[in-house]
Parts: sequence; C-alpha cells; structure tokens
Amino acid sequence: MQWVWDNFFFGNPSIWQLVLDHLSLSVPPIIIGFLVSIPLGFWASRNRVARSVLLGIFSVLYTLPSPVLFVLVPVAFGLAILDSKNVVVALTVYAVAIMIRSSTDAFLSVSSDVRESARAVGFSAVQRFFGVELPLAGPVLLAGVRVVSVSTVSLATVGAFIGIPSLGNLFQDGFKSSLYIEIWTGIVLVLIIAAIFDLILSGLGRLLLPWNRRTTRRGASRLVAKEAVWTS
Amino acid sequence: MDLIIQGFAWIFTPAHWTTTVFGTGILDALTQHLILTGISLFFTILIAIPIGFYIGHTGRGRGIAIILSNVARALPTLGLLSVLILFIPDVAGIPSNYIPNIVVFVLLGIPALLAGAYAGLESVDRQTIDAARAVGMTEWQILQKVEIPLGAALIVGGLRATSLQLVSTVTISSLLGQVSLGSFISNGVATNDYPQMMAGAILVAALALIIDGLLAVVQRFVVPRGVSRGANDRRNTTARGRKAAAATQGTPITEGI
Repeated sequence: MQWVWDNFFFGNPSIWQLVLDHLSLSVPPIIIGFLVSIPLGFWASRNRVARSVLLGIFSVLYTLPSPVLFVLVPVAFGLAILDSKNVVVALTVYAVAIMIRSSTDAFLSVSSDVRESARAVGFSAVQRFFGVELPLAGPVLLAGVRVVSVSTVSLATVGAFIGIPSLGNLFQDGFKSSLYIEIWTGIVLVLIIAAIFDLILSGLGRLLLPWNRRTTRRGASRLVAKEAVWTS
Repeated sequence: MDLIIQGFAWIFTPAHWTTTVFGTGILDALTQHLILTGISLFFTILIAIPIGFYIGHTGRGRGIAIILSNVARALPTLGLLSVLILFIPDVAGIPSNYIPNIVVFVLLGIPALLAGAYAGLESVDRQTIDAARAVGMTEWQILQKVEIPLGAALIVGGLRATSLQLVSTVTISSLLGQVSLGSFISNGVATNDYPQMMAGAILVAALALIIDGLLAVVQRFVVPRGVSRGANDRRNTTARGRKAAAATQGTPITEGI
C-alpha cells in the first residue's frame, strides 16, 4: 500500500497522471461512439439494406483484435503510429461496433403504432425523432452504452502495446520489476473507473429516462442480459 | 497504403518464415498461436458448455453468470496476464509461461461461450419444450434432442465469439514475451520496425477472419432443417418474435478485446 501512496502523485509518470491519461483515452470513444451510432442505428433500423451493410462492416471490424486496429488505424487515417489519437480512434471504432447493434435494436423496439400516432397528431419527422423515437429508444441505448463504457475502459490498457501511456503502463512496469502491487493497482483502478462510469451512466439514465424507473428492475435486467448475449 | 504494401512484402520475404537467431519465424509463431488458442478453447469448452447448458436448461444461476461476465469484461487482459505469469510458477516439461497464459485465456474465453450456451437453450420456445416433456421425453432427452439442436446456432455463435477472444488475447500475450503472431507487432513497436508491425497486424487479422469465417459456415450448417432462418422478419414485430428469429439466425455474439 505504501508503494501506492509513494507513487500516486509523484514519480514519472505518477499514478494520477496515468489515470488522467487513461481517462483521456477512454472518455472520447465512449461519447463519440454513442453519438455516431445513433444516426447509424436509426438508419439501419429503417432500411434493411443499410442494416445488413452497416452491421456487416462493423462486425468485421469488431473481429479484428485491438492491437491490429492500433496498427491499422494510423495507416487508414494518416496519423503517426505512436500517436495517442490512434488508440482513441481504434476504441471509437470498437465502441460504434458494439453500440450500433443496440442502437439499431433500440429504434426497432419503438412500436410502429406509436410512430404512426405521432405522425397522425402532426409531429414532423424531426419532432418525431427527438420527441418520440429517441426517448423511447433510450433504455436500450443506455444498456448499450453501459457495455461500451466498461469494455472501452478495460481495452484502453492495450494501448500499452504501441507505447501509449494509460493504466496499462502499470502492468508492464510491474511485470518487468515483479512488483505485484503495481499491477494490482492498475487492475483495481481500471475496475474502479469502469464502476464509476457505470454509476454515472445509470444515474444519467435515471435522470433522463424517469419513466423507465418503475420498470427498471425487470426491464433493465432483461436488457442487460440481452447485451450480455450480444457482447460477451 | 505504402506501409500495408511493405507489410505484405515483409510477410512474403522467405527469410521471415523460419526461425533464426535474429527472431521467430512466421511458421513457428503461427504454430504457437494455434496451439495456445486450441488448448485454451478445449478447456473453455470443457468448463463453459456444461455450466451454460445447466443454466439454460434449469434457468438457475443466470443472474450470477451475467454479473461474472460483466466483471470479466471489465478485467484488463494485460493486467491479469502480468499478475498470473508472475504468480504461477513454471512446471518442468511445459514451455515457460504456458500455464499462466492458458489460465488467463480460458478465464477470458468462458463468458462468451457461457452466454452463447445458455442463450441458445433459452431461445428455444417454452411451448416446444413443454410439448417434448408432454410426450414423455426425459430432461436429458429434452436437452439432447430439442434444446441443443434448436439452440445450436447461438451456441456456435458463442464459440465464434470465444475463438475470436482467444485469438486476440493470445496476440496480446506477446507483449509479455509469449511467442505468437502478436510477437511481430510487439517486436516491430520495440524496434520501430513499421513493416514488421504491419506484417504482424495483417497476419493476426487474417487468422481472426479465417477462423471467424470457418465458424460462420459451421453456424449455418448446425441449424436443423425445417427451422426457419428468420426469413419471416416481417411477422416478427414483437420483441419476442425478433428474439426467436435472431436465435435461429444465430446473431453473432461478440466480445471486444
């Protein structure tokens, strides 16, 4: 434990610095992945051809192990190989690959009766999307983004593969110097960050989807189960 | 683009195929990769399939399985590998680091297959199972003759996801010294040898896609004749109907790593 205190704010790099690095690698992919997958998922839910093409492309991308993406992304996007943006882009690709399934399903879960009614009372397409479909797709979207957040936080450590600083550094350093405490610190911090993100997301869900609360117990656990099937 | 061409050029350089004092050859790395993946897959199946079938058939223990697979998803592969390689001593006669590596691969491989196995059985219509029970089938017969064939697509889907997970994890283990196709990536990074790094990425990607493709074919064949393969999408407007359709089509079960 002493080791943790000694190195938390001091040292090169300090644990705190690595936590910050880790956050800067994992937060953008979660947010960007969520935002990108909403229009894509909406499109896929409305158009069968788009659905099979998009889900097909992203399932191939998802097949690629992360170290491969970390090497291929810079070539595809013209970045330097040892740029931390690579990890962010690669993690975003994974985030979209996971998320697009749930967002497609989220929009498919909005019953067509509801959409037709909204149309009948004079909602425009835009009003329908933001006022009816998006909120109703909310619970499934939330379940998806929670899965994305957990796996992104854990995956960011693989950035160590191409030398991008993250909590993964603690694993490599600890391994080289046979320092268990250093490795455990890394693992525990990754789990803590993942848990905090999950709490934040479920809190946001409660705040933004208050009608979901009553059904949360059964509904959400069923959704999480479904996500587990897809993504684990 | 240049780098990709250089990567292929690296792969097609005959000198890179055999192991020399300068480094591991592609053939040896591939062999190691396949051996590790194979052994781990064997133990994963041995553990996950019976448990998954138990959960799917009885409906018991599902909550725990979901929690465990969520925790497994959050566990960083590299961290787990580092700890176990330091913790588990080598056994004489077994290549160095094999045991801790395989333990980690199996641990991380289990959730996807477990989920596939129980989701496969759960996807079977309850009425079908009740009918099977009503005509006098024993629980064992129901499992063997009804639940497994009807859930086969999802079960193989789980196998697909697990295999990919294993190929990935074996790749990552090269960072800690295990020889695998990932070695070319980590060597390339360590020596700023970009063509070698790219060659490693291409080889790993090819292996992952080939294994996934083969299992996708298997997945098609395990769907019993007479089971509709989700052709009637339009009728399946209810969540339950879609779920059943997804099950017979074998929605790919995926795990990020």
